[in-house]
Amino acid sequence: MALKTEPFILNVGPQHPSTHGVFRMRVTLDGEVVVDVEPVIGYLHRGIEKLAESRTYTQVIPLTDRLDYLASMTNNFGYVLAVEKLAGIKVPERAEHLRVIMAELMRISSHLMAVGFFLNDLGAMMTPVLYMWREREKIMDLFEMVCGQRLTYNYMRVGGVSHDIPEEFLPALERFVGEMPRFIDEYEQLLSQNEILLARTKGVGVLPRAMAINIAASGPVLRASGVKWDIRKADPYSIYERFDFEVPVGMVGDCYDRYWVRIQEMRQSVRIIEQAMKRLPRGEICIKLPKPFRLPNGEVYGHIEAPKGELGFYLVSDNSIAPYRFHVRPPTLINLTALRDMVVGWKIADLIVIFGSIDVCLGEIDR
Amino acid sequence: MTLLEQFQDWLGGISPDWAAYVIAGVVGIVVILGFVLTLVIVFIWYERRLLGRFQIRLGPNRLGPEGIFQPIATAVKILLKEDIIPERADKFVHWLAPIVVFTPVLMVFAVVPLDKGAVLADLNVGVLYIVAISSVSAVGIYMAGWGSNNKYALIAAMRTVAQIVSYELPVVLSILGVVLMAGSLSLTKIVDAQNLPFIVMQPLGFLIFFLGALAEMNRCPFDLLEADSEIVAGYHTEYSGMKFAMFYLGEYGHALAYACIVTVLFLGGWRGPVLPPFLWFVVKIVAIFSLIVWLRATLPRLRVDQLMAFAWKGLFPMAMVNLLVVAIEVLWLVELLPWVVVVVNITLAGILILAWSRLFVLGKGRVEV
Repeated sequence: MALKTEPFILNVGPQHPSTHGVFRMRVTLDGEVVVDVEPVIGYLHRGIEKLAESRTYTQVIPLTDRLDYLASMTNNFGYVLAVEKLAGIKVPERAEHLRVIMAELMRISSHLMAVGFFLNDLGAMMTPVLYMWREREKIMDLFEMVCGQRLTYNYMRVGGVSHDIPEEFLPALERFVGEMPRFIDEYEQLLSQNEILLARTKGVGVLPRAMAINIAASGPVLRASGVKWDIRKADPYSIYERFDFEVPVGMVGDCYDRYWVRIQEMRQSVRIIEQAMKRLPRGEICIKLPKPFRLPNGEVYGHIEAPKGELGFYLVSDNSIAPYRFHVRPPTLINLTALRDMVVGWKIADLIVIFGSIDVCLGEIDR
Repeated sequence: MTLLEQFQDWLGGISPDWAAYVIAGVVGIVVILGFVLTLVIVFIWYERRLLGRFQIRLGPNRLGPEGIFQPIATAVKILLKEDIIPERADKFVHWLAPIVVFTPVLMVFAVVPLDKGAVLADLNVGVLYIVAISSVSAVGIYMAGWGSNNKYALIAAMRTVAQIVSYELPVVLSILGVVLMAGSLSLTKIVDAQNLPFIVMQPLGFLIFFLGALAEMNRCPFDLLEADSEIVAGYHTEYSGMKFAMFYLGEYGHALAYACIVTVLFLGGWRGPVLPPFLWFVVKIVAIFSLIVWLRATLPRLRVDQLMAFAWKGLFPMAMVNLLVVAIEVLWLVELLPWVVVVVNITLAGILILAWSRLFVLGKGRVEV
């Protein structure tokens, strides 16, 4: 006689230690094996796209801070680039350099969090996170110097940036850039060859190259699958074509590659900051905008390489002071669509790890 | 003759025999409980401070000098919490589980010799008693998982059975090596037999026991039963208040018991130069406990299939080889040439570990569904 069994349905989230926010997965289990996953999102929906339609172009900037709150600077950056593209504004050189420095610092900070919490999901109780926070703290301090904020910066403006850097900023940045490669070595020494980490991540949650392209994945998730696609190189914006850096690419597309790509990207970001710091020119930091500031009729899509992938802003303007339509292409929402294909057949412990390796931020998924 | 038996004899001189027996027993139990619970409190503080150091932070340092009273504050907080029983839980099992987990942990200390003669009951089957008693906790953990009517807890309960039963085997086999060499199951005799600590005589046995016991008391990297990033808090997800405190104390008590057993079986118990014996014992258990905390601060967690593979394909065959080699050595070598045994066994451990690290293949992990 065959025993009757029924599927074991487990709700992971929205309150769960490792769903990185208020994400919910309706997981069907067969013992420990994941048979099906149904992601449920929307717990953090604040209607940012609708809110933006009733605000002036400058007032939208703080809203973008609240998208991916672990990478506010790059959100600002993507948005002001889209506006400038439609308005045809040329940004002063000094502002361009400052933007690049901030964006790369933000990338390091975001990747530190991603790698740290990825290790936390693997079960390395808090230690990697706290080591990563040690450096993230220095980046936060740098941001605090320039704009007074530590999480939501609201730093970039249409046509430039809001504040020039204070005197103590450059020495502190130099010190940070000097130390950072050594710390990255330290992380690698601690983690990259750890036998348990290798056993848990090598070959786990493979996202094949073809599928990664098909679902329009971007950022480290795409590059780990072996696609050399980085918008800083593929469609250079701001002044990125002037810098010398490489795009690290993974081989297999498993969790380890996604971890490894992030570590290597931090090294490249340090290189970019070094170059930008040396070339930082004097001069204006922001152009004067006409008041009230209106965009010409039309639509525009501006995209940048945010830490988590391609962050795009689509704006429609009807020549008023506020956007007619404001849409965000959040990188992690689109990367997340591959979740089911990656986890089915793996254990519940892998589900958490694979989900962590995508590095999502619910702020921008739910908007 | 243990200290307790001397005390009983002295009492027997001034009171009836049955009274001497009861009083001596009660005094012994109280002393052991006082020792264990005090050490557990100190260990909780010590782990949190040490973990803080590993994680480049300070750890609790507000309450008392160096935060020494923090565990007491934690205990008070836990006691004041509401005791919640889930509505559809199996109430009796839910209530019983913490007791079943906590009691065996205390009972282990009955046979642990803290010093020459300082033991509550010097059983001639001490090792067997420890193995038997400490497996009872697994039942309690399973009860907690089942009785909570919580899916996370149930997953943890299922893992418990698989994990603890699997790791029991290599642990027992590695203890057998010690028993063979000492020629006795009594813990006191085992310590007496260690002119050379058994960690030097049987390094492989020590490693197997250390790892297996880590898994048995679900400590990192084998802490799958309460894997907080996966299944929230595992089997004690639905526990609060005093019942949670029982699990918490049980966990640390288990760590302490385990540190004591390692000390007795492999590190020569209370024996050592210069320092008084009791202090030697404490130094050794603190060293073992520090090692556990260090592992906890450093390593990620294994997955459940890797955990099982490690027990059955890794530790179990190695424990068999170790037992065989030790048995042969006990027949011919140990009495005559202990140093040859040391050299042979250290070489053997090195070769076996190297070989296994090359040959040991984990399953792929993915299942077609």
